[in-house]
Formats: sequence, structure tokens, C-alpha cells
Amino acid sequence: MNIASNRRSFLAGLGALTISVALPGQKARAASFGVEKRPPLDPKNLSSYITINADGSVHAYWGKMDMGQGTDLGVAQMVAEELDLPVDRVQVLQGDSGTSVNQGGASGSTGIQNGGVTLASAAAEARYQLIELASRQLNVPAADLTVTNGVVHAKADPARKASYADLIGGRFFDTQLEWNGQMGNGLFVKGKGQRKAVSEYKVIGTSPARRDSPMKILGTVDYVTDIKVPGMVHARVIRPPVAGAVPTAVDEASVKGIPGVQIVREKGFLAVVAPREYDAVKAMKALKVTWSDSKPNFPGDKGVYDHIRKAPVLAKGAAKDEGDVEATFASAARVIEATYEWPFQSHASMGPACAVVQITPEGATLWTGSQKPHFAGDGVADILGLPKDKVRAIWAPGPGSYGRNDAGDAAAEAAVIAKMIGKPVRVIGTRADGTAWDPKGPASVHTVRAALDKDGKVLAQHFHSKGFSRLDVSSNESAIHDTLVGQQMDVPLKPTHIFATPEESYRFTAKRKSWETVPPLLERASPLRGAHLRDPLGPQIHFASECFIDETALATNQDPVDFRLQYLRDPRDQAVVKAAAEKAGWRKRTSARKQVNGDIASGQGIAYAQRNGTRVAVVAEVEVNMKTGKVWGRRFVVAHDSGLIINPKQLIATVEGNVVQGLSRALWEEVKFDANNVTSVDWETYPILDITEAPESIECVLIDMPNVAPTGAGEASMRPLAAAVGNAIYDATGVRLRQAPFTPDRVRAGMA
Amino acid sequence: MAKIELSVNGKTHAIEADADMPLLYALRGDLGLNNPKFGCGLAQCGACTVLVDGQPVRSCITPVDSVGAGKITTLAGISEGKAKKVQDAFIAEEVPQCGYCLNGWMLTAAAFLETTPKPNDAQIREALTGLKCRCGTHMAIIRAVKRAALA
Ligand code: FES
Ligand code: FES
Repeated sequence: MNIASNRRSFLAGLGALTISVALPGQKARAASFGVEKRPPLDPKNLSSYITINADGSVHAYWGKMDMGQGTDLGVAQMVAEELDLPVDRVQVLQGDSGTSVNQGGASGSTGIQNGGVTLASAAAEARYQLIELASRQLNVPAADLTVTNGVVHAKADPARKASYADLIGGRFFDTQLEWNGQMGNGLFVKGKGQRKAVSEYKVIGTSPARRDSPMKILGTVDYVTDIKVPGMVHARVIRPPVAGAVPTAVDEASVKGIPGVQIVREKGFLAVVAPREYDAVKAMKALKVTWSDSKPNFPGDKGVYDHIRKAPVLAKGAAKDEGDVEATFASAARVIEATYEWPFQSHASMGPACAVVQITPEGATLWTGSQKPHFAGDGVADILGLPKDKVRAIWAPGPGSYGRNDAGDAAAEAAVIAKMIGKPVRVIGTRADGTAWDPKGPASVHTVRAALDKDGKVLAQHFHSKGFSRLDVSSNESAIHDTLVGQQMDVPLKPTHIFATPEESYRFTAKRKSWETVPPLLERASPLRGAHLRDPLGPQIHFASECFIDETALATNQDPVDFRLQYLRDPRDQAVVKAAAEKAGWRKRTSARKQVNGDIASGQGIAYAQRNGTRVAVVAEVEVNMKTGKVWGRRFVVAHDSGLIINPKQLIATVEGNVVQGLSRALWEEVKFDANNVTSVDWETYPILDITEAPESIECVLIDMPNVAPTGAGEASMRPLAAAVGNAIYDATGVRLRQAPFTPDRVRAGMA
Repeated sequence: MAKIELSVNGKTHAIEADADMPLLYALRGDLGLNNPKFGCGLAQCGACTVLVDGQPVRSCITPVDSVGAGKITTLAGISEGKAKKVQDAFIAEEVPQCGYCLNGWMLTAAAFLETTPKPNDAQIREALTGLKCRCGTHMAIIRAVKRAALA
């Protein structure tokens, strides 16, 4: 696809995503309500969220993002519901900072919970405004009007009617909303229009067809890697062989024979560009560079846990204590304790990140696969020294995104290179850029203690984490210090030292949840910088907390499901545990059952967690090959309560993706590194779950809570997955694995 | 640089390229046919897969001059046979999340179904081993390939 910089071809370029642009031959409508031009983007203005096209269809502008789980379809359903329209009349436009306000991008599973709710509130206001207008035009009191399929009409006389198209089609609302003053995830608006009662829902709760899948399958959609702009050159970034090294000399002669090659170098940053992509690849491989002598002295993947234990504490935090923790531990008849370890993990998206930056006299445009295009655009503005509103960020589908992956780094690199060479630039990484150099889910050590009385009742629990921060680089890519290139160019750093605590509702006499972070292994441009990876810290923390609950139950002779039901105080939490256990056919036990058949030991394990309002319980059934140590996650039952269900089919697809990716992380994924650098650089050295290892079945028990506002599903079922698998391995073998991932080597070592 | 002819989706194209340049760059860069994706460049993932005379080929490691008169098909060029059935089944099952991996799964499955029209679950998994989907759509992929086999 070639892109010119005017709006029309720009919309055409995204054609696959934005199909309902005005049809040819449509005339200006008679409508006179509203204004002729869409008012400038403003979180307080209704038209920033909802516009009615000339044909009466709706554009909903959503400042969050769908990363392939159908969240945008859910938003279309929410908007269609409030406007009394069939869902196919609503087009959700996402990922363009020129057409939508910044609602935070894909972030924290809040696409529906926050972003969808805001769009629904805006849609309710649009409906209210249209009814008021129709009331005046039809001379019927608003209370006597209703809407059917986008036509406002008198309840008593359907012939007295005005369609949305008649009322405002092709013009724009200029109505003010009440805005809570926040941008990003926290942005909410409210108007005079009330949202519908749940009992009136017709579109919410159904599963209309996905819009993006056919285009992706037929190969008719442009990914960010497919974007071309006139005069564009191709760039490849050169990474140092030893982390922290900077180029001290570059031998230009080494790439002399390659047509049109330019070397781009600024302090520690080095890249090559060429008019033809393959020439940039060749130059990247051929370029001879002398690097500074860097000695990062990484502890290596084997030494990382000892390193964490001994490392100084940079920051600490805790949830509020429940009860008197010290006194309760002092009164215990017995204290049990266990320590769990979780490695660095990589986003390892399906392809390395890509970004295109074009600088024009008026500003700049960024094309990105980032899940936070608005913020990525702000980052480009920062680099180019432009006001934020002079950079337009346009998202196109990328090679998957599960948090702060390498997309934000590519956007910044494209901006730096475009500025230096004065041409539009497309940057694409190498496989190693996506696997070795992406920001990492941080490694951590978790120590959990429980105080028991003489009868085995749990009196108190202390959960403590020590690990690397999840925000060495912010998940918002809006500042250059959060990008590799910024760090290579010596900008001052601004890391945030933060961890998290388990989300659960166990009631003990006393409870403490605390954390400590340790300094990053390399301050600047580290391949091991901590960042958000799908459910930031959730899998590691709940691996520890939910395996320990299992250990506590069995140590006190109780069945793990009974134990949870006894101590969980939240009825919704109890409900997911019960539902999962029931559907899975839970086998009660007070010790490992060790069902063995030949070389195969089978087991069943449960784990549960909350996540920002959502609750999930997972029962895993595994088979452990006692000879090879290989684990097969054979069957998963997931009970999922995320409040009101918007789209059951997409919810199930989302859960399936979480289970497979979560299983992959539990069984295989571990960033390998030595004293100098990350050594897991591709799919051989950073293996993920193969299709031959995919479960036989994933069964979802969806618990619909019509009267509870919807909460997130994008990450919640990833959270307890590893613990459920670990608990199932214990049930199968009697071996408690307290270090993830559960590779064949670790399983065999555990059984030895 | 050599002059090389490629037949893609029923059309013949001539390009000037290094003989050892991977086919992927010819398709994407010279011909603007963007269906095959760069995932790894190492033959480890399948994102770059195209069919050459009906056989899945990882274009990221295939020298462009090695294709000869082979007929190349990309996702957008599928119009008939098992590949079409696979495509229809993937649409019916709404397989993709990001969709970046689809070339490998669909085109490998299409060639597999040509030789094994009635596969069981284990055969499907074996035939697709080694392909990557980072979003974890494996369950839907298996459902779609089964559906295509029954179609
Ligand atoms: S890009 Fe060719 S196999 Fe990965
Ligand atoms: S759908 Fe994203 S990698 Fe397969």
C-alpha cells in the first residue's frame, strides 16, 4: 500500500478497517442539527466518540485498541445497543490519534471495562440528543418517542418518524459531555442520556461475526510491516554483541558495495538504511563495528535468583495488613514456608516490531503496531521536538502485542532515523530484536509463610516478593527515556520501581502482602529491562500464591478445593472455584494422587485469582512423562466471571488464547542469558508451546453477571494458569516444582 | 543482480535482484505482495510461507533464483482446492487474533489435506508441528483444519 498524506487516501489506506466511508452519489442531507465539520478532538465533545454518517450508520471512535481478541466488536455491540441499531451499522474506528482521543490504547484489559463504557455513555447521549431533536421536529414529547433500528418514532404512531440519517446524518454533534478530566485508561464521560437497563439488551450478550478475521485470512489487510510511503528508505538497527556496549568505530568501507547504504550513528545508537529492504539487511550483516568494552556482569539465568535474594532493595511496598501479623505468627503452633521463582520472559511477538515515520513540513506521521498508538505518537513528538498535536499516530495490525513489547522501541528508532536522514523511514527488527531485545517480564522470587494452629487451621499468611521492577520502562511509550534508542543516546532515565501483590479474598486472622524491588541488571539499554508482559507480574505472583495455597491445604490434610471454599470470603470467588471444580469432575484428595499408567502420571490441579474485578478459576489436567519429564497440559476447565458478558464467543476465544499462551509460559518460556547478554534469540533458543503440545480441550464456564458492570478478560485467565499446572504436576507425581518453567529437565530433576 | 521471472498468483513478473536474495523480499519488496510476512528469517515459524506448485515453502530462506518456473500462490491468490476450503474454514472458525502467523498454518494445512484428506487429530498436529502462533490460537486452528477436511 502506498500512502499519500491527505485524509482521503489515508482512510482508503485503512480501508479494510474503515469500510463505511460515505457512499458515492450521496447527497447532502436535509439535516441541519449539529455542525458541518467534525469539531476538533476534545474529550468533552460528543463527536469525538460518536458520529452519524449520511446513511444513518455510525462511526464510533475508540481511543483504546483491539489486539485481535474482538474487543472492538464488543464496543460496537455496546454502542449499537445504546443507539438501538443493528450492530452492523456501527463501525468502530481505532488506533488513530487524528480521529480518536487517547483512552489509553490496549492496557490492563480495560478495553470494555473503561473504554467500552465510555463509548456506551457517549452513544446513550447521542440517542438522547436525537430523541430531543425528533421531539421538536415531530412535535411529540420525548417521553412518547422510541427508537427502532435507527428510526425515532412515536410509540403510538410509528408513521410519525425521523431517522438518524434525517436528523443529523453527515453532520456532527457539537454537544458537551461531562468529562472526569482524565486522559488514558481513566477517561470517562457522561451525558444527560441514561444508559439502557440490562433487561432491554438485545445486542449485548450475542456473538456477531468478527470483522477483522476474513480480511486477515484472505490477505487483504495491510499490516504495519506493509506500509510504504513515497521516498521511504528501509532501516535496520545494529545491536551490540555485549549488552551496554556502544560503537567506538564503524568501518564504512565494509558496506561500500551495497547500493545507497547510509550509516546512522548517534552516540550509542547505530543503524543502517538503504532504499531497498534487502540491501539494508545485507548492510546490517556486513557492517564492521568496533564496540566499547562493556562488562555487564549479568548473573546469568541460572544465577538470577541468588542475585535477587542478595541484591539491595531499591523500593518496597505492601498492601494494608489485615490483623496483627506478628502476634498471630508468634502464636502459631507451626509455620510452613516455601519459596517460588519465576524467570525473565519475552514478549517474543510473532514478528519483530515495525514502524514507519514520515516527517512533513506540518509535523509527522507515525504508523505503528503498538497497542498504545496515541502514546507512541507522543514519544515520536518528544524525539522530533514537535508539539504532541503535530504528530499523527496511526495503528495498523502488527505481529501481536501482549504488553510493552518492542513496538515502542521501533517507533522511536524510526523517528530518530527519519530526523537524521530527512527521509521517511521504515524500521523492522530482526528475530533477535523481538526475542532478545524486547522489554522483559521481570524475574522474581516469592516467599510465602503460613501460621497454623495445632488443629491445622490457617491463622496467618505473609506473601513477600522480591524482584525486578515491572516498569524499568513505562508501558506508555510516550517518552524517549523509555525507549532503547533514547537510552542509547544518553537521555536521563526515569524508571519506576514497582511490584505488585496477589489479588485474592482469602480470610485469615492476619495477612500481609509485601514486595521489594532490586536494581536493574544494567541501567541503560538493557535487554533485561523490566516492563509489562501480559498480566504484568500476575502469572509469577499467582504461581507462588496459588501453589502455596495448595501446599497449605495438603499440609493440613485438606482438599485444595474445600480449602479454598472454606477460606475465600468473596461469594463470586467461591462461585468460580465451585464451577470449575464441578465441570472438571474434581477428584478430592488430601495428598498427591499419583495416578500412574506406564510412563505417564496424570494429575489435576486448581488455582484461582482475581484481576481488577474479574475472577477466574482454572482446573488443569496434566500428563507427566516420568521418563522424559515432559508435561502435557491435556485439559483445562476455566470458570470465568467478568461481570456482564458482552460477547460470549469472543470471550471464549480470549480465554483459549490466554490458556495456550499461559501454558507456553508455564512449561517452556525462560529468557536465557550469560554474563554478557541475552542468549535466547529465536524460536530455537526461546521455545514456545508447539501445536503437538496444545491441550486436547479447553472448556469455559462463563458466569454471566448481568447486574455487574463488565470487567476485563484479556489477561485474567493467564493469571492462575501456571499455578494450576504446577498443582496438577504435584498431584500426578508428588513433586512440587517451585521454579518455572516446568521444562522436562526440571521435572526430571524434581523426580530424581 | 540478475533478471528473474516469477509467477505469482497467476501473473508473471520480472525483477532485478541478487540471485541469493530470499524470495520473501522479492514478493514483498519488488512485487508489493505482502501476504507472506517476516517472522524470523530462519525457517523457524512459517509466517513467510507461500505455496510453490502446491507445496508450502518458507520464502525467508528460499533464494529467489531457485524458484524457476514454479507457480507461487499467496493467501490473496487462493481460489480453489484444499487451500480454498482451508481459507473458508479459518473464516468460519474466526481463527486469527493478530493473524500474522496465518500464512504458515493455512498453506501448510492445505498441502497436508491434499495428501491426507481425512486426518485424525494427531495427524493434524503432527503435520503442523513447528509452526508458531504466539497469540495461542492453536485450538481454533485445529478446529478449522478439521472443518476443512470435512468440507
Ligand atoms: S519468517 Fe520464514 S519461517 Fe519465520
Ligand atoms: S494469531 Fe497472532 S501469532 Fe497467530
